[in-house]
Amino acid sequence: MKLVSINKEDFYAGAEKLYNSYKLYIPVKQEDNSYAFKNSDKIDINNLTFLNTRLSPKSLVFPQTEKMFSYTTDTNSEDCNIIKPINKENLKQAILGIRPCDSASFGIVEKNFDTEEYKDPFWINSYKATTFIGLACDNPDSTCFCTTANSGPFDEKGLDILLITSGDSFIGKILTKKGEEAAKIAGWTTEAPADSVSAIEKQKKEAESKISSSISTDKIKDKDTLELYNASFWEEEAFACINCGTCAYVCPTCWCFDIQDEISDKKGIRMRNWDSCMFPLFTLHGSGHNPRDLKYQRARQRFMHKLKYYQDKYQSGIQCVGCGRCIRLCPVNIDIRRICDIMNS
Amino acid sequence: MAEYISKIQEISKKILQDGKVDIVIGFSDGSLPMASRPCFIKSPEDTGKLIFDGNCGINLANYLTGKKEKIGIIAKGCDSRNIAQLIVENKIKREQLFIIGVPCFKMIDKRKTSLLFEEEITQVTESDDKIIVKGKNKEKTFNREDMLQENCITCMHRNPVIYDELAGELIKESDQKAEYEDVKKIEAMSSEDRWNHFSEMLSACVRCYACRDACPLCYCPTCFVDESSPQWVGKSADNQIDVKTFHILRAFHCAGRCTDCGACEKACPMGIKVRKFTRKLNSDAMRHYEWEAGLTTDKRPLLDNFRVNDYQDFIK
Ligand code: SF4
Ligand code: SF4
Ligand code: SF4
Ligand code: SF4
Repeated sequence: MKLVSINKEDFYAGAEKLYNSYKLYIPVKQEDNSYAFKNSDKIDINNLTFLNTRLSPKSLVFPQTEKMFSYTTDTNSEDCNIIKPINKENLKQAILGIRPCDSASFGIVEKNFDTEEYKDPFWINSYKATTFIGLACDNPDSTCFCTTANSGPFDEKGLDILLITSGDSFIGKILTKKGEEAAKIAGWTTEAPADSVSAIEKQKKEAESKISSSISTDKIKDKDTLELYNASFWEEEAFACINCGTCAYVCPTCWCFDIQDEISDKKGIRMRNWDSCMFPLFTLHGSGHNPRDLKYQRARQRFMHKLKYYQDKYQSGIQCVGCGRCIRLCPVNIDIRRICDIMNS
Repeated sequence: MAEYISKIQEISKKILQDGKVDIVIGFSDGSLPMASRPCFIKSPEDTGKLIFDGNCGINLANYLTGKKEKIGIIAKGCDSRNIAQLIVENKIKREQLFIIGVPCFKMIDKRKTSLLFEEEITQVTESDDKIIVKGKNKEKTFNREDMLQENCITCMHRNPVIYDELAGELIKESDQKAEYEDVKKIEAMSSEDRWNHFSEMLSACVRCYACRDACPLCYCPTCFVDESSPQWVGKSADNQIDVKTFHILRAFHCAGRCTDCGACEKACPMGIKVRKFTRKLNSDAMRHYEWEAGLTTDKRPLLDNFRVNDYQDFIK
């Protein structure tokens, strides 16, 4: 691990150089003051105090629609009805200004897409082609609970470089080989002063102490799955849920997808689109039977998966990084912290 | 506001105790500033959980379709109109309901407030004409009037249209006429500009369908966009034609039924102004048929009813 000093000019120049070598994504302020990752190099230091982007950056590795195969149904073609992979070129990309919770989320999603048994080439190739240049959080939101959900405001998991704000410059913590390469390209090579390590440590403690919300999941782990599943609180707690799926779409750790064919004329595309356990169609059988027929059953699935099944299956914590997006954007104020408390009590 | 809350709690308690209803559907306190959570109360002892304030913009009529039990429900002007609409459309029976009417003091627009405050909001308190917004580093007082949801600004029916008991005195309705200036502006555009306007507006749509799911009119067991055999609308996020198809068709399904309660827009995570479509249809219903949805349970809905003197100029 190496520490570099990056002053304002170096930062801007670096962003430009990264833009020329990678497909660079940066957080850009939108008209309504929200932020979104866009392909640009016009990064503005003054805007980097942003809390987090409205949508998580998961779509940069796992797009909402991924075209996987193509085919033709034209009987005159010798390729008729043969499905062929669409060879996607995974250009090198970099995400500059990703928050630590979001970069940690990729490690959680990886457990699903890259296993001994199954390897998802689309996700893996795209993930490998991505360099993560994170930005530590000095002023977390009151809905951030990352420190009790696999991450923290200065967490380094999944990052190649961590940038720490220091006045109007940055200290860059180079964490991986990929990070070294990016720092070299960006020209961020000035060694940081020796006291940086302790300064960062202090800043980190300060940021962590500003995290005002937390969850406990320890008891959930030991609870009997069926007991939790059949608990009486679900109907009441999930009553308000309109099953809109917003929480899953904005969540960095929700990974479910649905495979669809779309044919226009005689040309077909097989694609996968984001899906959500909140939707009735998610579990609808061909027979018309739906094992999760009621709204509360679908809401229960989301929380059981994130907080119980995932813990049981992978033995490595919950499937959540505490980014707080689902809390902020749920139209009817279903709050995962509240549900978690009830499940854990 | 405090009187409203105590009255709501009192009535709810009474009807639960008397066995007039099995549950009361209302709002409970939210976990964030400017949020409330729809809830149901089963026991008279729990009625203290019910609240009401300027953050109760979600339309509770959305929770009625298909319910079998006897229900007490808190209804603002727009909720009551959607309840009337659901009764006419046979989705719930009038006899099943005990409607606690709340003459509405208009709802606060969370997005507008956040936009103007610019930092994270940690607390919001409202009085009759002011809202005080607090953040970690500052505090600001706004005129309540400047912070209202757009649909509430033009609302003509703040008093509930049907109710069994009121939680507050009826108020004087606005005497302005529904002008639909916003609709006229879009109507005045060339068709190309209009297409671009809507394309731009919908480009951020992630097709979560929260707008539909928050809408009390959208109760179809399977929405046309979810139909899979045959599949009517493509599902990818890339195809903007499919996105437009969803929005335009959904709006048409709400023609003559929409009460402009604003739940769709409130629910959208992307802040898309989906009411632009339904407003156009509401304006047409008003202009051509002098029709506003959900004002009574005595009339058939606009579009399942034919009158010989109906506007017909569009038939060419
Ligand atoms: S929890 Fe909230 S955001 Fe998630 S599906 Fe339910 S209503 Fe939508
Ligand atoms: S469940 Fe909610 S808080 Fe957790 S990672 Fe997903 S969006 Fe963030
Ligand atoms: S539309 Fe009218 S009745 Fe409905 S919340 Fe707004 S002001 Fe109240
Ligand atoms: S709620 Fe918003 S993002 Fe979701 S489908 Fe409706 S308009 Fe699109």
